[in-house]
Amino acid sequence: MTETLQFTLNDIDVRVTVDSDRMLLWVLRTDLGLTGTKYGCGEGYCGSCTVLVENQAVRSCQTPVKEIEGKNVVTIEGLLKDGKPHPVQKTFMEHDAFQCGYCTPGMIINACSLLHENPRPSKQQIVDGMENNLCRCGAHKRILEAVQSASKELVGGR
Amino acid sequence: MNNNELLELGFDAAAPLQLNRRKFLQITGSGLVLLFTVGETTPLLAEPQGGNLPTDFNAFLKIGEDGRVACYTGKIEMGQGVNTSLGQMLAEELDISIDNVDMVMGNTDLCPWDRGTWGSQTTRQFGPALRQAGAEARMVLLEMAADRLNVPVNALAVKDGVVYVQSNKQNNVSYAELTKGKRIERRVTGTAKVKSPSEFNIIGKSFKRRDGMEKVTGKAQYTGDLHFPDMLYAAILRPPAHGAQLTSVDVTEARNVEGAEIVQDGDFIAVLHKYPDVAQSALSKIKATFGPSPYTTDDKTIFDHLLKSAGEPRVIASDGNLQAGEENSATVFEHTYFDGYKAHSPMEPHAAVVKIEGDKATVWASTQSPFGTKEQVARELGFPSENVTVIAPYLGGGFGGKGGNPQALEAVRLAKLTGKTVQVAWTRADEFFMDSFRPAAVVKIRSGLAKNGGMSFWDFNVYFAGTRGSEHFYTIPHHSIRFYSAPRGTNAHPFATGAWRAPANNTNTFARESQIDIMATRAGADAYEFRMRNLRDEKMKRVLKAAAEKFGWKPAKSPSGRGYGIACGEDAGTVVATMVEVAVDKASGEVKVKRVVCAQDMGLVINPEGATIQMEGCITMGLGYALREDIHFENGEIHDLNFDTYEIPRFSWLPEIETVILNNPNEAPQGGGEPAIVTMGGAIANAIYDAVGARIFQMPMIPERVKAAMPKG
Ligand code: FES
Ligand code: FES
Repeated sequence: MTETLQFTLNDIDVRVTVDSDRMLLWVLRTDLGLTGTKYGCGEGYCGSCTVLVENQAVRSCQTPVKEIEGKNVVTIEGLLKDGKPHPVQKTFMEHDAFQCGYCTPGMIINACSLLHENPRPSKQQIVDGMENNLCRCGAHKRILEAVQSASKELVGGR
Repeated sequence: MNNNELLELGFDAAAPLQLNRRKFLQITGSGLVLLFTVGETTPLLAEPQGGNLPTDFNAFLKIGEDGRVACYTGKIEMGQGVNTSLGQMLAEELDISIDNVDMVMGNTDLCPWDRGTWGSQTTRQFGPALRQAGAEARMVLLEMAADRLNVPVNALAVKDGVVYVQSNKQNNVSYAELTKGKRIERRVTGTAKVKSPSEFNIIGKSFKRRDGMEKVTGKAQYTGDLHFPDMLYAAILRPPAHGAQLTSVDVTEARNVEGAEIVQDGDFIAVLHKYPDVAQSALSKIKATFGPSPYTTDDKTIFDHLLKSAGEPRVIASDGNLQAGEENSATVFEHTYFDGYKAHSPMEPHAAVVKIEGDKATVWASTQSPFGTKEQVARELGFPSENVTVIAPYLGGGFGGKGGNPQALEAVRLAKLTGKTVQVAWTRADEFFMDSFRPAAVVKIRSGLAKNGGMSFWDFNVYFAGTRGSEHFYTIPHHSIRFYSAPRGTNAHPFATGAWRAPANNTNTFARESQIDIMATRAGADAYEFRMRNLRDEKMKRVLKAAAEKFGWKPAKSPSGRGYGIACGEDAGTVVATMVEVAVDKASGEVKVKRVVCAQDMGLVINPEGATIQMEGCITMGLGYALREDIHFENGEIHDLNFDTYEIPRFSWLPEIETVILNNPNEAPQGGGEPAIVTMGGAIANAIYDAVGARIFQMPMIPERVKAAMPKG
């Protein structure tokens, strides 16, 4: 059904008129031109399409856009503040925590959500929290290290 | 990748360079331009193409008036980090900061012809030529500076792109000032001396990836991220099984979807829409029926089928006399090893955007071979190839799977039929269905232990995997290595197969290193000591020793219960040894790899951190093919169409990973993106045996197989 929906996207109020059953992933990528959020599997298995809705990681390929009406959505593009990378983005760079970079936006967003819920996760908790985000290049070791460093940075550990 | 494989992919390896003189001048403008040739030019390429087209070089670099150095090459960046390592080489030879180097890659309009990015060739083949060009550019600049500053060349030195008189640093001139307003074109002659390792400031130092900021902010553009106002996204109808023919189709309901455009060109049916998701949902409304697939194999019967389909073998290596070797043997070993099909499944599925304007076409594609795509597209459109431009944006992984370009040809077809700009971005199911899998394969080995405890003979027969990694590096007096594939003109596989990260080598190394372990065990020897005694290659011994030291290998008879395993391998000129520790759950057969130590000698290392990342990536990815990855299929139908059933490595699989790169700066740089994956299967198989005495002859080593191989009682 075509509806006009309102939500906050990366700190900006947006209003879109769309078929509200369409998945958020595609509305972000095509209607709104935010292509940082990636398609990897379309069925909720890979996490490439992860965005934050109310600070929680959500798979945008499985989220009908009507469900985010009135909510606060943050995509990878929204993490950059005044040109400055978010601590998780920074530690991903410091650890070279990617190769092709395709899984990276989803990994970073998922890590943000994880750290929001649990600012001091143990290594095992990070593994569990990142488990369903897939990376084919095998950057897992560095991603874990980057999330550990980001946690330290965020809680002011250094 | 050999020529046969190239032909299979439809490449025209002799495609001429299509950078015309006008364009070339336009791109290069003023400054100092160095033209150079990398070993892989073809004779045709070297022939003048008429007119004054520059055709006898296939890469060039330019020192601009702004002091920036740009290198133009048809190679592409798919995560392997060559953007960084190539930049380092150039910065080193020119004595400039790496920040002042631009790598212009993968654009057929800007870059000279290149065969493609695979086989770990970029650093090996392109690197030395690039360094030579850099050194020569530096020489030319020094001569110009000597003129300008009125001193002999040997009185000069360079730092950060500024040439200065050694006795008076104030007396200086920058590269930018030297090239300002000039247009100098030189061909690399090979006369300048490249730096020796003792002079390195940049090569051999770790650099962070240069594409970091773009990739962590979501700004890095992949093909599917491109958008044009008139662009339509395509969803393409696929048969349920390979080889199944369309028997009837009804598109009425799909046509009723608002904004949907249906293309029906024989069996090729697609829905186009300005939204990709709407195109997909409209596609699902098409009612199509298909006939049966002509293929009758499945993932269990395929091995028999392959053995029956094999033609006459090709001899890869042979020495001595197998029969004499066998007669000399105290024990003869005969084993058969199996490996199933594997998908590439890069996180970015294949994508292409095609824009046709008049008699010109522009193609953006996730491809490991922009120039191969260009020829394919030109042929499909009947355009002269200079009218086709191919641009490879960032690739979301390739692993050998993005060499052929069916998605680009689909997009071309649709763009031609609709007159619109078209994006084809495969769904995950498309990606699995259309992938050119790593081939299923069988390896039969007969070998012997001599009465004196050494190895007496080695009869290695590989079916369908390929030849890479089929040779061994042990002292064996009598040996033969043969490769069997389908006779010319036939295809034994029910779908496309192709190169998969270190093609063939994963299968061959699994078989070889398992067999070696079996022999060591029978000889009552420790797996490490047996190898050290029988290795022929000194470099391999050094690498294995380095791995053992890092791992803390203690000799023991296998199965020791500790779950330790070794494998040695060689790939792309690099020598690698891996030691792993596994835990096997006896009740379920589940294998957990706890620790991996990998040592490699890859000659000169350009970017140690980059090389380490590649090793870690190989080790992690290698867990997948060794333990879980397997394409399930039946009668041409692929059962694995997403990551729910096709299991790739996850965070919880991650072992402790330690890497060692041997210091060997005086040897040419070798491949780094593939070698460390080849040993994973063999090392894990040997570790499983060491843990529980179960010898696994088939990859992936899934719990059921491990359990079934467990010694009874
Ligand atoms: S694309 Fe949404 S989970 Fe894979
Ligand atoms: S970096 Fe390539 S998929 Fe993760």
